[in-house]
Amino acid sequence: MNIISIEQFYNFCSQKKLMGVKCEECNALYAIPKPLCINCGSKKLFWIPFKGVGKLISYTIVHIPHPRFQNEAPYILGIIELEEGVKLLARIKEVKIEDIKIGMPLKIDFEKSENETWPNWPRYFFKPI
Amino acid sequence: MKVLASIISAGLSKFGKLDGLYAREIFAEAAKEAFENCPNLNPKKDIEALFIGQMSESYEHQGHAGPLMLNWVGLNGIPAFRVESACASSSVALRVGLMAIMSGLYNIVMVGGVEKMTHLPTSNNMEILASASDFPFEQWHGATFPSLFALMATAHMHEYGTTEEQMALVAVKNHENAFLNPKAHMQKKITVQDVLSSKVVSWPLKLYDCSLISDGASCVILAKHELAKKFTDTPVNIIASTQAQDSLSILERESLTTLNAIKLASREAFKMADLTPKDIDVAEVHDCFTIAEIIAYEDLGFCKKGFGGKLIEEGETKIGGKIPVNTSGGLKAKGHPVGATGVAQVYEIYLQLIGEAGKRQVNGAEIGLTCNIGGSGATATVNILKRGD
Repeated sequence: MNIISIEQFYNFCSQKKLMGVKCEECNALYAIPKPLCINCGSKKLFWIPFKGVGKLISYTIVHIPHPRFQNEAPYILGIIELEEGVKLLARIKEVKIEDIKIGMPLKIDFEKSENETWPNWPRYFFKPI
Repeated sequence: MKVLASIISAGLSKFGKLDGLYAREIFAEAAKEAFENCPNLNPKKDIEALFIGQMSESYEHQGHAGPLMLNWVGLNGIPAFRVESACASSSVALRVGLMAIMSGLYNIVMVGGVEKMTHLPTSNNMEILASASDFPFEQWHGATFPSLFALMATAHMHEYGTTEEQMALVAVKNHENAFLNPKAHMQKKITVQDVLSSKVVSWPLKLYDCSLISDGASCVILAKHELAKKFTDTPVNIIASTQAQDSLSILERESLTTLNAIKLASREAFKMADLTPKDIDVAEVHDCFTIAEIIAYEDLGFCKKGFGGKLIEEGETKIGGKIPVNTSGGLKAKGHPVGATGVAQVYEIYLQLIGEAGKRQVNGAEIGLTCNIGGSGATATVNILKRGD
């Protein structure tokens, strides 16, 4: 299965797998799956498993939520730099607001999803290790 | 230094909550001012094309803005182009207008922008604005526009020691300036304490760190440089206009504390105009959130990286300071009808350079800069303007 697509990325998420994309030519890595390598232009890209662990590099506490998250506010949104060196944006759960710190180690987890196609992709989030 | 084109007139509607008016009518208000201020111009005869920036059809369930706006300002028949680049829609429209003149296709064109936003509830506005961020990797995970800039703010605080008080000072300054601007949305002076104690939107950004949801429109009439004097004694010359892009999603960027598109666009603009940041007398920069203005100071080269907080603290960006920024009140207090913003910035610099900025006039301003970004900084445009001889 080597279709590099967003749909496929979220299919992996529904199997509780975080997959990234690697360029065969220049070894560049992507957390957001890309059909072309931004670095070298190559079309030879393939999926590789990511460990799903990283550290928090910035965060915010969202008090006025996106309408889709009306019931969750206030929630923590963070940018996580993965061990592979690329980043993801996700909610940070299972941590108190006062305990959140830049640099803290986090790991990925996945929510259940009833429908795994657009626009109801299975969501990932991060939590303390 | 080459003149790309000259501005021979400009117009701006009142910014604010303009109940009972549609976008097309607000745009006509801006156009009327531009036409009235340039009696030598015969709009129907002289204007050859219209370039209009508008972000979203969702506000009024109304697309096809090109012919619509054209018709409402009485210019039927000539080509009209609608340009979309989120909050940079009209500054990108301005660049398309410039290209049309520089290509030799047209001699005189009208460029403008418009957005009607205040009739929708905040939650609808948030969803429409969020559409300029990445859907599957940002919006889907709960990102709002304020939250994306809040992520930049937290990183800036962590990396450079920037404080919530310094960000609040941006809001205080811009409200002071808006107080001097009769067309500004918000005519209310505020204190640092007002900002710090206002409702948290997305920590560390509070309500008063955020720009306003406004209705408004802006326009300029551009002419080939050689023809400008036929229409006005006080043309303003565009001597640089640049644009750069970055990834739509902030998570793909190398740094959260720099808007690389601003850096790239401004570096090229200074080169094009053969000037340095020190030569700028007045600037309008994109302060959709207070942190954005601080980052713009740094990425435009008004101060060293990491020193944006200090620059505002030292009062250097106030009227009377070394580099007055957002004399209009900025997006923060003049208002931010997204599609109108880029050309509205140019309108303010135009007024400053022809000496018509009233109580907020920067003495002897000769060279001005605008910096407009789209979305969370995926698009940036920079223009450098110079008073005509």
